[in-house]
Amino acid sequence: MSEEPRELTMAEALNEALQEEMRRDPGVFVIGEDIGRHGGLFRVTADLLDEFGPTRVIDSPISEAGITGAGVGAALVGSRPVVELQIFDFVTLVMDQLVNHAAKWRYMSGGQVSVPLVLRGPISNGIGMAAQHSQTLEAWFVHAPGLIVMMPSTPYDAKGMLKSAIREDNPVVFLEKRLLYARKGPVPEEEYLVPIGVADVKRVGSDVTVVAAGAPTQLALQAARQLAREGVEVEVIDPRTLKPLDIDTIAESVSKTGRLVVVNEGARAGGFASEVVARTLDHVALGDLKASPVRVTAKDTPIPYSTTLEREVLPSLEDVVGAVNQVLGRESAPAEVTV
Amino acid sequence: MTAVGEQGVAAVTLEELYGTMARIRAFETRAMELFGEKHIRGSVHPYIGMEAIAVGVCSVLEESDFITSTHRGHGHCIAKGLELRPMMAEITGRATGYCKGKGGSMHITAMRHGMLGADAIVGGSLAIAVGAAYSLRLQGKDSVTVAFFGDGAANQGIFHEAANLASVLSAPVIFVCENNQWAISMPIAKAINIEDVAIRGAGYGFPGEVVDGNDVLAVREVAARAVERARRGDGPTLIEAKSYRITPHSAATPTDNRSPDELAYWRDRDPIARFGRHLVENGLTTEERLAHLTDEARDAVADAAAYALDCPYPDVGEAETDVYAPSDWQRPGRLS
Repeated sequence: MSEEPRELTMAEALNEALQEEMRRDPGVFVIGEDIGRHGGLFRVTADLLDEFGPTRVIDSPISEAGITGAGVGAALVGSRPVVELQIFDFVTLVMDQLVNHAAKWRYMSGGQVSVPLVLRGPISNGIGMAAQHSQTLEAWFVHAPGLIVMMPSTPYDAKGMLKSAIREDNPVVFLEKRLLYARKGPVPEEEYLVPIGVADVKRVGSDVTVVAAGAPTQLALQAARQLAREGVEVEVIDPRTLKPLDIDTIAESVSKTGRLVVVNEGARAGGFASEVVARTLDHVALGDLKASPVRVTAKDTPIPYSTTLEREVLPSLEDVVGAVNQVLGRESAPAEVTV
Repeated sequence: MTAVGEQGVAAVTLEELYGTMARIRAFETRAMELFGEKHIRGSVHPYIGMEAIAVGVCSVLEESDFITSTHRGHGHCIAKGLELRPMMAEITGRATGYCKGKGGSMHITAMRHGMLGADAIVGGSLAIAVGAAYSLRLQGKDSVTVAFFGDGAANQGIFHEAANLASVLSAPVIFVCENNQWAISMPIAKAINIEDVAIRGAGYGFPGEVVDGNDVLAVREVAARAVERARRGDGPTLIEAKSYRITPHSAATPTDNRSPDELAYWRDRDPIARFGRHLVENGLTTEERLAHLTDEARDAVADAAAYALDCPYPDVGEAETDVYAPSDWQRPGRLS
């Protein structure tokens, strides 16, 4: 009988990625608020200070734009900084450094420089942290040429993706879901990488393609299990990297199933789900579609505090099941889910 | 000719200082003309009247040191040793420019000269300079990084974040505030309620020094101290160089609401003429020598402009290159 595979939480997996990359490359350093002595609010940088010391594990003042800008500068001259935003909503304070600087410096210089910077941190929705700690903003970053955007859904992916992000010569926005930090999953002892720009088919199915990254991947898998009991086979595709998007894998699946549902926790208008639908339509023959694609997203509101309200605004299991039923033309489709 | 060699910094001749200032003046003058002739798009933000700052500061730097610059950045580039031909080619949008015509007047970058880049977001590159300085020290190098910025940038949040971060990281960075008194139409007296931006250094725990920004030797002396301090590992310095831009904010925005008296006052303190007088009066050079240096500068700029205008525009295929550094994930059609 084979040994049980090792299980780690996503936070532990990310921690191990940082540790391995810092051991491998002395140019890697981490900077952020409470990441050293405290080990990070969510323990992603735990114990790194002891091993690598305060020059490479830098407890920073509360200065998000400052540390991100410093990360850009360090990247320009040969370091590989990993900047932690304690809560990813604080990226609003950082957008100039990220969008006007990290994303554009290579292009504006005519290719003289590269910016191997990772900006990572948690999306903290679903736990009552309210409107300024719960936003899912990947659409903003996908819209900024020059950035790479990644969002893992499992501990395995989280570790392999972060290692690839650190080795990447372009700036990477790395979005983690706080509710997934404590979730366990298999992570092999031996080293591996999850490549940038490669989607993963998390579940094979023939009836409907559901595209979801990050926490919604888990929601999609849950919906798929439920629907399987009713004889519906859902294929779940996790793009893992949102930009560059592995449209080939998505298009191939939709060409097979003829039906597309995209699940995303960002606001609906101008959201990433819309982008996936549009890009799929660029790549799939109209005749191969059996139904109009459906987006399951957060509502176009700030994220509210109260449990009942937050649940109402964020996509739910019922919403995903309803959307799948809708593209199948099944009667159980709830009326409130619209195209 | 006489060399000035403050302790611990590169020696330079007085004629080199004069010649570099003259080259900046000639370059900016020609750039304004080229804008008028529609060879330059967007705008040009001339450094005329402020030459002594870039030249004084960069004269104490080594090739291995770095600078960051601003939208008014041509002077910093020339002072740091960039060549006029690829500079002119860049601002005229040619393929042979430092940035292949993708950056233009406000974004000249030249890594081989330690020019990390010019930034058109006011204050935007201050934290970048701090991070570069910190990283170079982490790598065991003794390079310093100079962040040039204007008085207007001193009121941006990022200035304060960069200053504080530089201090707590003890980063070898020198903040050079070029106080030219005006942020387009906003006089500094209305923008800040203190006499000297330099005192803000104290708020972050490092020295702030005021210097006459139209006196190249005074700037050099202050910069030498700051660079030595940074190299020693004692952290940042804030230098406030008081100066004035003699021209309007930019070639594209010629409206100027400053008083003629004020302009006349500062024209009389032109840093190049003033340095020239100092050299001649002290018998350090002759009028003829200075005239020769000025001619040399004009000739070099004329050559650069002629070269640039003869260079091809970038191939349209270049529009989609350099968005990303080469990487495993790239294959055709995947950029979106």
